[in-house]
This record gives sequence, structure tokens and C-alpha cells, in this order.
Amino acid sequence: MTAAARLRLEHIVKEYPGCRANDGIDLTVAPGEIHALLGENGAGKSTLMKVIYGVIQPDEGTLYWDGEKLTLQGPAHARQLGIGMVFQHFSLFETLTVAENIALGLPASEARDRKKLEQRIRDVSTHYGMALDPRRHVHSLSTGERQRVEIVRCLIQDSRLLILDEPTSVLTPQEVADLFRTLRQLASEGCSILFISHKLQEVRDLCHHATVLRNGKVTGECDPTETSTDAIARLMVGDETPLSTDVPPATPGAPLLEVSGLSYASDDPFGTALRDITMELRAGEIVGIAGVAGNGQDELLRALSGEYKAAANQVRFDGQAVGQMGPDARRRAGIAVVPEERLGRGAVPDMSLVDNTLLTASAQGMVSKGWVAYRKVREYAARVRDRFQVKSDGVEATARSLSGGNLQKFIIGREALQAPKLLVASHPTWGVDVGSAVAIHQVLVELRDKGAAVLLISEDLDELFELCTRMGALCGGRLSPLVPTESLSIEQLGQWMAGDFADAAGEVNHAVA
Amino acid sequence: MLSLERRQVDSRLMEYLSPVLALMLTIITGFLIFLGLDRDPVEGLRLFFIVPISDAVGVAELGLKAAPLLLCAAGLTICYRAKIWNIGAEGHFLMGAVGATIAALQFGEGTGFWILPVVLLAGIACGALWSAIAAFLKTHFHCNEILTTIMLNYIALNLLLYAVHGPLKDPYGFSFPQSAMFGDAALLPMLIPGTRLHIGLLFALLAAVAVGVLFARTFIGFQLKVLGEDEKAAEFAGFPRKRLIWFAFLVAGGMAGLAGAAEVTGPIGQLIPQVSPGYGYTAIIVVFLGRMRAIGLILASALLALTFLGGEMMQIGMNLPKAMTGLFQGLLLFYLLTCDAFIHYRIRLTRKHVTASAGTNTPLATQES
Repeated sequence: MTAAARLRLEHIVKEYPGCRANDGIDLTVAPGEIHALLGENGAGKSTLMKVIYGVIQPDEGTLYWDGEKLTLQGPAHARQLGIGMVFQHFSLFETLTVAENIALGLPASEARDRKKLEQRIRDVSTHYGMALDPRRHVHSLSTGERQRVEIVRCLIQDSRLLILDEPTSVLTPQEVADLFRTLRQLASEGCSILFISHKLQEVRDLCHHATVLRNGKVTGECDPTETSTDAIARLMVGDETPLSTDVPPATPGAPLLEVSGLSYASDDPFGTALRDITMELRAGEIVGIAGVAGNGQDELLRALSGEYKAAANQVRFDGQAVGQMGPDARRRAGIAVVPEERLGRGAVPDMSLVDNTLLTASAQGMVSKGWVAYRKVREYAARVRDRFQVKSDGVEATARSLSGGNLQKFIIGREALQAPKLLVASHPTWGVDVGSAVAIHQVLVELRDKGAAVLLISEDLDELFELCTRMGALCGGRLSPLVPTESLSIEQLGQWMAGDFADAAGEVNHAVA
Repeated sequence: MLSLERRQVDSRLMEYLSPVLALMLTIITGFLIFLGLDRDPVEGLRLFFIVPISDAVGVAELGLKAAPLLLCAAGLTICYRAKIWNIGAEGHFLMGAVGATIAALQFGEGTGFWILPVVLLAGIACGALWSAIAAFLKTHFHCNEILTTIMLNYIALNLLLYAVHGPLKDPYGFSFPQSAMFGDAALLPMLIPGTRLHIGLLFALLAAVAVGVLFARTFIGFQLKVLGEDEKAAEFAGFPRKRLIWFAFLVAGGMAGLAGAAEVTGPIGQLIPQVSPGYGYTAIIVVFLGRMRAIGLILASALLALTFLGGEMMQIGMNLPKAMTGLFQGLLLFYLLTCDAFIHYRIRLTRKHVTASAGTNTPLATQES
């Protein structure tokens, strides 16, 4: 290691009303090092990142850049110093070209000569093995390509520290491999990388060093290549939380849900049309659908929940044609749905848990002749709260006041207690702490063992491989075959996630229209 | 430095304190306005807020003015809870008055206990029908209800003017633009003998309580609240959006229509062009000042009714124009909206972070590692 660290943080404290987001954090990143910043949602990773990128000022503590004390004036100042950042949610203009998007972040003198800039983009992208055409419009790029634009944008500004926030959550396994190749090359040329993630396997594959945060504090540092995943996970979640669910093998029963030839053109101009979806779900199994968000997951969920109506026979449930039924009728028939957005769809943010119980559980004897029996609603809400260990300030607490994991436990519990025959859950553990995620997985497995069918739409491949009896992938509104999990390789799934269904056609005849 | 900061949890205290604060600020500003107009401010405020209700007749007049406000506000509350911004109570009110007049004039001096209910129902129906136009435009063409209801208000006013100048004009009325006086069977019974206060006030109180119960106890009230809070959740739960919108518009229209009918069958006894001093618009202030709750609506309608009475006192006692009514109403709404900001936000003193760090602020971009 060279004398001066590229970046050193000393006792960083950042306090928000009611929460000490960073509580005395020390961190050192050496030149050319790929340094992982690990921690659950709410551990303080994002806050620390914003401090390093100059978005917010720490309340206490000091930053050192190349050994010198530093006070950042803002992100522009950070970029000027050579700190680049790739956010989880890209900040690109879809209607502009790659080169135009990159020019926006540059000083006028460099942005003006478009020809020279395009050449630089080509040079940088080919040097790091990230094929990119500077003249393409961003809206025509895949998610992986968009991420490359963000990375190239940083590299063109001669970044010497690149911060990546959960960069792999939007990528297929193959794209992840490409990204890692690029990052390794960058590091070998002396660029430091701060890699923020909660996926342990990736960190072990890629990173030289890891700092683990929990509740705003550093709980440990380790060399991830030599530390077991379980040991790192313990540092992240503490001692009490179970790390995973036991999933006994499933015993699928009779077909319950049959979707045949379902096509749906989205009302949303940026939505994805469903194309000829055909699938069958059996009682007592969990079927997983992988895929990068925005490939028709939301449309599929709506088509099953009844928010989108199809031809009656395109969706058959429990021997009944339900395609024309609305959400209320389908819920009565036994279909429960857990949408991706938990605040602002699955639950009303400013309403109490009691009111949010009434939102979808009203058919459980809570309403008679138009009058609400609030005593029954409160009892039900309290039952959900106790049974699923929802931490809240009573059942009158607003949905907004709950943490992501607790609210998700509440929403899933609210649906599970209605004893549905089919549960459709979209990204149920996204942004949820490990403890809650394990609890949610247990609920899904319990439902399965009671003879319900579960459709699990998720981006988290670990979760899918752990829980699912059968699985496939959704890409561009088309569904791959759903095959038994044990016979599915991650490479095959990756191809399906990228929309390559070619070699699947022979395997299962309904694959692609 | 002062900065506004989002509260973690909305302030319940501020929600109820805000109307009180707004009223106090309005009074203070009123004090300054009287000073600026070279009038005795204490006497001005006394004339505006206290003199009008210093005797039994005055209190009865207050009830008379509060009743239509409360009826309109109760209906609007149903819409506003669902975030349907119906500004059309004035139009519903006027059409209710016209409808009741048409019915009342058919009966002439006839007698029968059923005449009054028929007349009132005609008013309710006309108000609801007028409201239905905006409901139809919203559910079928996604027309913004703020625009359609305001425009419909002007159309309603012109229909009223046409009616009193044309088909409904009293043939023996010396060409004054007003209808014939109604027969006794079409007039509302009095509540307190010797005053003009009629049983319309009971309708209004009943409506306020009904709206309170609707939102506290019924499923349709709950569905309306969800629709207002979070349209996506309502869609996810499968609540019938269009039917809820129709319900809100029709009930609001019916209530304001009843208010209009009660005005022509009550204190006026005929249709005149100035049947409403702007009750439908003032009712909007009542809804927000009354926090969309039954008790609040009742108190707020009394306060706003007072501004009408106070405005008249200004003309009589201070030689100031009737516009004082609008001025005080406007001030009240302005301060209310301002104070409401503190339900969601709070003021925080922030210190600027200036860390002494000599020499390190210069950009280092050109250095190579």
C-alpha cells in the first residue's frame, strides 16, 4: 500500500431528526483497491456515500483525500477532484444521445467539441470492454448499457475514486460478469472503487476489502475472499437474526391457475406489453419469475390481480374463468396480491394499520350492509401484527411510520391471514432487512405447505433459487418456460432474462410465439 | 438561518390550532386595516364580530346565514375528502333555487302538506342534475372538475337570470326581475317565532352529522377517503372509482340544491337574482376551516356567516363597502392555508457548517496519482 490512502474518513457523524444515520464511521480506501461497503437497508450506506460525494455535509468528522484534509463544497467539487458516482437509479435523459448525456456533466470547454468527445467515449469504452455507441439515444439502450453510460461518464472525467451504489441489482448474471471484468481492469490501473452492495457472493467475487455497517456504525472489516458468507452476514445483521429459511421440498397438487395466450398492451406509454403469456400454477408450489424490472412484471401482476382485465378464459382460476373479474371479485375467489410498491399501492401511507387492513381484507366479515365493524378490523390488524411480528407503535400507527421490512410483513400478513388459494407477490423482500426477509420467506413457504400456490416475481436470484419449485424469466413481456429449479442453470436463466429463448423452444413447446 | 423542514409525523395539534391561529391573525390584520382606513379599530372589530350577534334576532340571522353554508360545505366535504375539487356548490345552489321555484309556482296558492317536500325534492334533484354534468365530464372525458364546475357556476347564474327575466318572471311584478311570491304551502316552517330562522338549519345540522357518520362508520366513506389519499391503492383494492366519483358529485349537488331550495322557500319566499351572496364559494372556506369534520363544519359555518352579517354592519355603521365581507373571508383563507403548512412542516434553526480547513479547498483535479 502506498503512503497516502486515496480516501480516508475519520469519525463521520451525520444525524437526522430521530435517527443517527452515521455514528462515528472510519473508512480507508487505498489506490487501486476495490472496497466493499456492506450493510442492510438503513445501515447508513447511502448517507455515507452522500457525504463522500459532497451531497451532504457531515455533522462531525473529517475527510482526507490523498492524505490532505478536505471539505467538499458539493458534488461538482467532488467530481472535480476525481470522485465519480454511479447511482442505483440512473440520471440520464432518455431523449438525448449517449454523447449528449455525457456532455451535460462536463465543463463547457470539453463539451463543445462533440467530435472529439465522441472519440473519447469510443476510446474509453473500448479500452474497458464496454461497447457503447455515442450516437445512440438513451431510450433505445438496455439497462446494462445505460449503466455503462454512467460509468463512462465518470471515467471520462478522470475519476480516481468510483462509487457504485448497488450496481448489480439491475443486471442479468452475464451483464454482472461483464461489469466485474471492467471494474477489475479499472482497479488494476490504479482507480479506487467503492462498491456498495448487500449481495455477499458478489462482494466475495470482486472485492479486496470490505467494511460492514450496521445501525450507522462500523461493525467489522474483513477480507471478503477469506471470510465465509455466513460470517459476513453475521456482521451485517447481528447475532439474533436467523440468516435463511429452511425450505422443505414441495408436493405440488392439482392445477390451480391457468393463464393462456394472455397479451396485454399497457396503457402506460413507458410500460411493457405482455405477449402471449401461457403458464400453469399448481396448488402447493412456489413458482418464480425472474427478470430485470420493467420487463412486464408489473403488467403481469395487474393482469392477475384484476387491475387489468383480460378475456374471461385467458385467466382461469380454480376452474373458474376470472379474466373479466375486477380485483375485488378475484380476491373473493381466493387470489391475494402483494404489489411491488408497498407505500402508495399496497398500503395508504398516511392511513393507520387499521384502515390499511380494511383496504383489502374487508371481505373478512368487516363490513355488513355498508357499515364498517371497526372492532373486527382492529382485531384483525392486531392479529396480523402479533402473528407476523410487525414492529409498530400500535395498530393506529400510520403505514408511513413503519420501516420497509415491517410494513412488508404487515402487508403479506394481511393477505396471508385471509387464507388465499393463490398469492402473487412482487419483489416482496426488495429493500427489506435480512430478518424481515427471512420471516417473509417463511410465510410464503407456510402458505405453500397449506396447499396454496405462490407466484413469486423477483429480481433476487438467490431468493428465487432458494424458494421456488419451478421458475422461469420474463423479458420484454414474454415468458420463458417454467422449469423445475433443480434442472435450471444460472446461465440458462441469464439467457432467458436477456430475452434469448432460442434453445428453449424444443424443451417446452409453448415457449415463444 | 431559518428553514422549513418536513415533519416525521404530521402534527395533530397544529391541525386543530391552525384555524384558531388563522382567525387571530385575521383579527390582527383587520385591526391594521381599520387603522389604515382611519376608523377606530376596536369599534370596527366590535361592529364586525360582536354587534351582529348581540341579541336574539341577531343570533337567529346567524343561523339563517349559516344553514346554506353548512349544507353546501357538508356536500363539498364528501368531494374534498376524495380529492375531487368540486368548486360548483354555487351553481348547484342556484339550480336548486330555480328548480324549487319552478315546482313551487306550479302549486300557486294550493294547499297540501306534500307540496313543500315536493318543492324541496325538486331543488335537490336540480342541484344533483347540475352536478351530474361535471361528474359525467370527469368520469367519461377526464375533464378537470375545477374548470368544469366553475364554468357551470356561470352558466347556472345566467340560467337563473334568464329565468327571472323570462319564463319565471312574476306577470304582476311590475317587470321586476323576480318570480311571484310562493304560496304558504310551499314555505318552510319557522324554527323560532318572531325571527326569520326556519327549519333549513335543522337540515344543515343533519347533513353535517350525516357526513361525519359517513366517514367515521361506513365503507363507502372509507373508500372515498382511500380514493383521495392514494388513488393507486384504491385501484389495487378494486374500489369502484367511477361510482365513488358519481356518489360524491350527486350528494354534494343534492345538498347544495337543498340549500338553494331552502333559501327561496325560507326567508325570501320567491326567486330573485341575488338569491345567493356567494354561499357556494364561501362554503369552500368552511370546509377547510372546519377540518372536514362535523363539529368543525358547524363552527366554521357560523364564523363565516358572521362575516356576511359583519359586512352589512360595516355599511351601516362605518360607511365602509360590503366588500369588507370578502376581504375578511379572503384573509381568513389566506392565513389558514399559511398556518396549514405547519401541519406538515416545522421551522428549524440551522447553523451553517463552516469548517476551518485552510488550503484544501483548491481543486486538485489536475494532479495525477
